[in-house]
Amino acid sequence: MNLPKLTFWKAVMVVVFLGGAYATLLRFTRGLGAATHLSDSFPWGLWIGFDVLCGVMMAAGGFTLTATVYIFNIERFRPIIRPTVLTAFLGYVLVVVALLFDLGRPYRIWHPLVMWNPRSVMFEVAWCVTLYTAVLALEFAPIVFERLRLEKALRIQRAISIPLVILGVLLSTLHQSSLGSLYLIVPGKLHPLWYSPLLPVFFFLSAISVGLAMTIFESYMSSKAFGKQLELPLLITLGRVLLVSLLVYGVLRLQDLYHRGALRYLRHPGYEADLFLVEVVLGLALPIALLLNRRVRESTGGLYFAAVLVLLGFITNRLNVSITGMEASAGLHYVPKWTEIAVTGSIVAAGFAIFGLAAKYLPIFPEGPLAPAPREVDHLPAMKRYEFGSGG
Amino acid sequence: MSKAILYDATICIGCKLCEKGCAERNKLPYDDNVAAEQTMSAHKLTFVMISGDKFMRRLCMNCEDPTCASVCPVGALRKTASGPVIYEESRCIGCRYCMLACPFGVPKYEWGKVLPRVRKCDMCADRVAAGRPTACAEICPTGATKFGDRDELMAEAKDRIAKAPNQYVNRIYGLEEVGGTSVLLLSSVGFERFGFNSPTEPLPILTYRVLSHVPDIVSLGGVLLGGIWWITNRRTEVAAAEGQAKEPGGKEPNRKERRQK
Repeated sequence: MNLPKLTFWKAVMVVVFLGGAYATLLRFTRGLGAATHLSDSFPWGLWIGFDVLCGVMMAAGGFTLTATVYIFNIERFRPIIRPTVLTAFLGYVLVVVALLFDLGRPYRIWHPLVMWNPRSVMFEVAWCVTLYTAVLALEFAPIVFERLRLEKALRIQRAISIPLVILGVLLSTLHQSSLGSLYLIVPGKLHPLWYSPLLPVFFFLSAISVGLAMTIFESYMSSKAFGKQLELPLLITLGRVLLVSLLVYGVLRLQDLYHRGALRYLRHPGYEADLFLVEVVLGLALPIALLLNRRVRESTGGLYFAAVLVLLGFITNRLNVSITGMEASAGLHYVPKWTEIAVTGSIVAAGFAIFGLAAKYLPIFPEGPLAPAPREVDHLPAMKRYEFGSGG
Repeated sequence: MSKAILYDATICIGCKLCEKGCAERNKLPYDDNVAAEQTMSAHKLTFVMISGDKFMRRLCMNCEDPTCASVCPVGALRKTASGPVIYEESRCIGCRYCMLACPFGVPKYEWGKVLPRVRKCDMCADRVAAGRPTACAEICPTGATKFGDRDELMAEAKDRIAKAPNQYVNRIYGLEEVGGTSVLLLSSVGFERFGFNSPTEPLPILTYRVLSHVPDIVSLGGVLLGGIWWITNRRTEVAAAEGQAKEPGGKEPNRKERRQK
């Protein structure tokens, strides 16, 4: 039953990669004008809105989980730390790849590291993303060292692991929020439903939620793809934290809209209000309602479904900030060109493919099936019955 | 002494010679088709906006505290002491944040090129440095575009409004907008008609307010995270030591051993 499914996805990947290869050729031989629907009025499109903003957001599981295990010493999360760090590392590498497509002069991508402008948010983001990618590489390194049996390198890595994690959390806090700060400079251009002085806070808080959702999502996918039994008790705890983080974000967001008097824009019919509602319903209302229900919260399928909703909701949020909210002031509707979509699709597909390869050849998952911790097993049998969407 | 351009729409006759002079100085093609374009672009760095029987020049405002220069991650855009905001092509990585951020929509991109540049009016920085007026001011047949010291032009603009208050709206655009600009505009109708709509506050302060907290976040966050680790780690160490002590002959695990588990 698994084989035809795999072949289908492989076929999809081949098609996506072929499209991506042709789009890449166009991008680098004809330029941005020929390969995108970007223009003077709309200089940032899908590659920034999705590949960069959503990519960094979805890699946020790395810093939240390493902080949980190493800083807060909550040891029982250790088994899922490797796949999460791998996801984060891949995420950042792919963000850099996407930037090479989007930058007009990709071969100068290193310039911000030597030509400083500390007043620029972009400068700060460039430094943080560079350093954090290096931190993630070092956090991921033990997995490679283990495979190659490099004992000395392993010892050195262990000695610096705590400062490394602290540095990673700080860098993540800075640039996750700074991606929101990028838009503080456009008060006259970004629609009031999204422009807020609290943008950096919203981007940071939602990155935490999405990081948790991503960890749930990817544990579930790994269990399907690699037959690694799900760490259900851990995921239930993640689900609870996800619920709380969504509630905090939701309340703060509502307060902000209310205090800025922006709620009245919801009465203006139009696609801005519609897409705002899509974002709120997918990312907040539905997952909160689901996770408040104990049966959903404590079932594999329920958690997975809620996590996917959160991901879709906040992807919509990032696209709303970067695209929907900027259209009215630009006086146009931006629809990405097929080349933009092909490149983005290839980057996402590459992410899945590399994760699969790494899971196959590197010790990402603990040996043997992961039995649920005994102390939480009590109410597990009851949950089984309420699983949905996980039957396959 | 900071230089500036004063454009008085009431004297402008819409001849578009300023467009032509600008194109020549920047070695850009200029013909009837380009003249008809009512927008700035990589090949047209200034244009005379025609709205009914009113004219208004659009060009880089060469702000006193330029948003573009503040957002540029590599410092490719820079305000010079003499007024012009200049662009250093060799630094530019092509992130186009300046285009997103500029409140006047000025920086434009060479979308058709494989290795594009940002293009914008740089207030003829080379000419200004040599003590000459900008190309647009030099070619203007009526004196509608005038080049000079910013302070003197400001005084002159005030004087013109005071002498003929019913010919002008009582506003010198660029005096305070986004913290002041090196291009000053006078008009007989409201500037909103030409799409001008900017706060008086310089925009770079909006991001600087957040960025200025970075050192605080790093130092405070570092201490906080380190402290939390120290407390939780000590707690686990003690628990582990107590657990081992109960077993006969159990030895206290050191930190390294425990982390290796």
